[in-house]
Amino acid sequence: MSDGATIDGWSCPAPLRDQPNIVMGHGGGGKLSAELVEHLFLPAFSNEHLEGLGDAAVIEMPPGRIAMSTDSFVVRPRIFPGGDIGELAVNGTVNDVAMAGAVPVYLSVAFILEEGMPIDELAAIVQSMAKAAEHAGVQLITGDTKVVDRGHGDGIYINTTGVGVLRDDIEIHPSTVQPTDVILISGTIGDHGMAIMSVREGLEFESTIQSDTAALNHMVAALLDAKIDVRAMRDPTRGGLAATLNEIATAAEVGVVVEERSVPVDRAVASACEMLGMDPFYVANEGKMVVVVPVDQADQTLAIMHADELGRNAVAIGEVVEGHPGMVVAKTALGATRVVDTQVGEQLPRIC
Amino acid sequence: MKYLDEYRDPELARKLFDEIDRITTQHWVMMEVCGGQTHSIIRNGIDKLLNNNIELVHGPGCPVCVTPLDTIDKALAIAARDDVIFCSFGDMLRVPGSTQDLFQVKGDGGDVRIVYSPLDAIKIAIDNPDKEVVFFGIGFETTAPANAMSVYQAKQMGLTNFSMLVSHVLVPPAIRAVLNSPVNRVQAFLAAGHVCSVMGYSEYEPIVDEYNVPIVVTGFEPLDVLEGIRKTIAQLESGVASVENAYPRAVNFDGNKAAQELIDDVFETTDRNWRGIGMIPGSGWELSDRYSDFDAAHRFEVGDIKTQEPEVCRSGEVLQGLIKPNECEAFGKECTPRKPLGATMVSSEGACAAYYTYGRFIEIEGVST
Repeated sequence: MSDGATIDGWSCPAPLRDQPNIVMGHGGGGKLSAELVEHLFLPAFSNEHLEGLGDAAVIEMPPGRIAMSTDSFVVRPRIFPGGDIGELAVNGTVNDVAMAGAVPVYLSVAFILEEGMPIDELAAIVQSMAKAAEHAGVQLITGDTKVVDRGHGDGIYINTTGVGVLRDDIEIHPSTVQPTDVILISGTIGDHGMAIMSVREGLEFESTIQSDTAALNHMVAALLDAKIDVRAMRDPTRGGLAATLNEIATAAEVGVVVEERSVPVDRAVASACEMLGMDPFYVANEGKMVVVVPVDQADQTLAIMHADELGRNAVAIGEVVEGHPGMVVAKTALGATRVVDTQVGEQLPRIC
Repeated sequence: MKYLDEYRDPELARKLFDEIDRITTQHWVMMEVCGGQTHSIIRNGIDKLLNNNIELVHGPGCPVCVTPLDTIDKALAIAARDDVIFCSFGDMLRVPGSTQDLFQVKGDGGDVRIVYSPLDAIKIAIDNPDKEVVFFGIGFETTAPANAMSVYQAKQMGLTNFSMLVSHVLVPPAIRAVLNSPVNRVQAFLAAGHVCSVMGYSEYEPIVDEYNVPIVVTGFEPLDVLEGIRKTIAQLESGVASVENAYPRAVNFDGNKAAQELIDDVFETTDRNWRGIGMIPGSGWELSDRYSDFDAAHRFEVGDIKTQEPEVCRSGEVLQGLIKPNECEAFGKECTPRKPLGATMVSSEGACAAYYTYGRFIEIEGVST
């Protein structure tokens, strides 16, 4: 997360100071737009591709196949415990590209700003995007800004599109998942969703739940470097772990069995879920990955994940079976089984 | 959080299962009153692990499910008004009215907001003096103190733009209704722990005396539920019926006196129509005369409401414990959480939703259940 940067920290803030908030002109393509680019975006994202300021970034693509992914970010509130919408917009797309087994290299970014959005908050968000991009090792090479009338947006929406390069020998697809494969998760589930919910709804929990937003591409690279035969890899974002496991079960036409007790859930998240009647299996994550590997590579995979800060709580949570194809089943702590279905819509907090 | 892992311990659960097996000598039918207990039972697979002599029947204790259709339709009509901010607990939003649900009203431009406490609705009313803020005050005795407090506070503050659409329901009359049914099979009750934390359990003694049925106050975690079942079986096997408390860490005999006084001030008892079940005399609370200015049903004229329930929905029988959800012909076919025909398929506490969510509509091949 950005550490509270303000417009004062920027290289030549004077022209922007006259307008403390976003006005329609900032998206109009005229002087105000140019000032925003020159004094806010360029200093933050500085790189040779961006500096040309052409209509399109021109880049040399490394040889081989590319992976490409796009995602729009509309999270409210814009700044939340553990991150902000900017960091999320970079990490989210980096992760989507990385889950294909690609090395993310470039991002585009498009901002839709609402008239009246404070520019110093935008600056903080942009700076945190820059930090996240640097940490992930990707460059933001093209962008766009539009402004919508007050009341027609939530301050800021961000779309990012990412491009990554695939190694020759990588073929990761859930359809390759086979019975006896082991399912691993890189850490606790439900952190992001409950962090957002705790601030969005003004719920005051005893301890602050932090979003887990993080770029997973370095951990993915470590697995692929070690020649782990990754069958499937997913970041369980919206719909949570339950949706991801169901996607894998459906795509590979296999059954998935999860040991409920082995799925790590932070105590504060578990408590918040209990209080609101939510199931952490369905709560969003933004810095976790589910990895499916052959059983004889599970220990090695876990060791590699443990060596990464983001994977230190990685653990095996279940296995792939031949029975009940397309269905995810959880073994409960008491020894019974239940089906883990995909959620219809959003989880609704219960009445009591 | 303390009190989570402690009450989910598999070894202690095993011991309770063994003890229940040891003392059970014949077939018994008991009803868990509360939908929260139903979910705990189905989610943890407790019913599958119990011996076959014990039949758990799922009770009507899901407030969302039993809120009458005409009240839902009234809520939809109020929520659709331009001058209204309509506040509700989350799981009311997908409950089908005759033609729509609150989500659809929201999609059509209604200002419908999910809140976690009625006191949040008070805040919204203070912040929006030019709007009418209406809170959907439903629930059993559990949610009544907070709902009562919000109306009390609104009156103290002279807040004129806040009102409540009240459809509170009460557990003891529902238990009597089950027992009075000519087709009743229920021989004992697991009473709802959180209701009793407010009301105590003194009010169950007359029921035990009159009907000679065991009533055991029971919590929601797996060990709580098992302990409630164990105490119930022990009573049934001994032939002696009494009110027992298997949830002493949250419940005492008298309940929360301060909450009860507030409820007595703000609400008064009324006859209530239960969705799927019908009229149960004296089974609801409405705002008392002292607070009738805050009654949204009076404040808003919503015209004639003609309700229509889908014919194939058998949620009423489910709520009375007469059939299991998967015995309904529409279950999992026409009726799913995506397109629920009855409220029992919607709420996280509804029995049909519990059966659907945890896969009780399919036999799982290759997995021992």
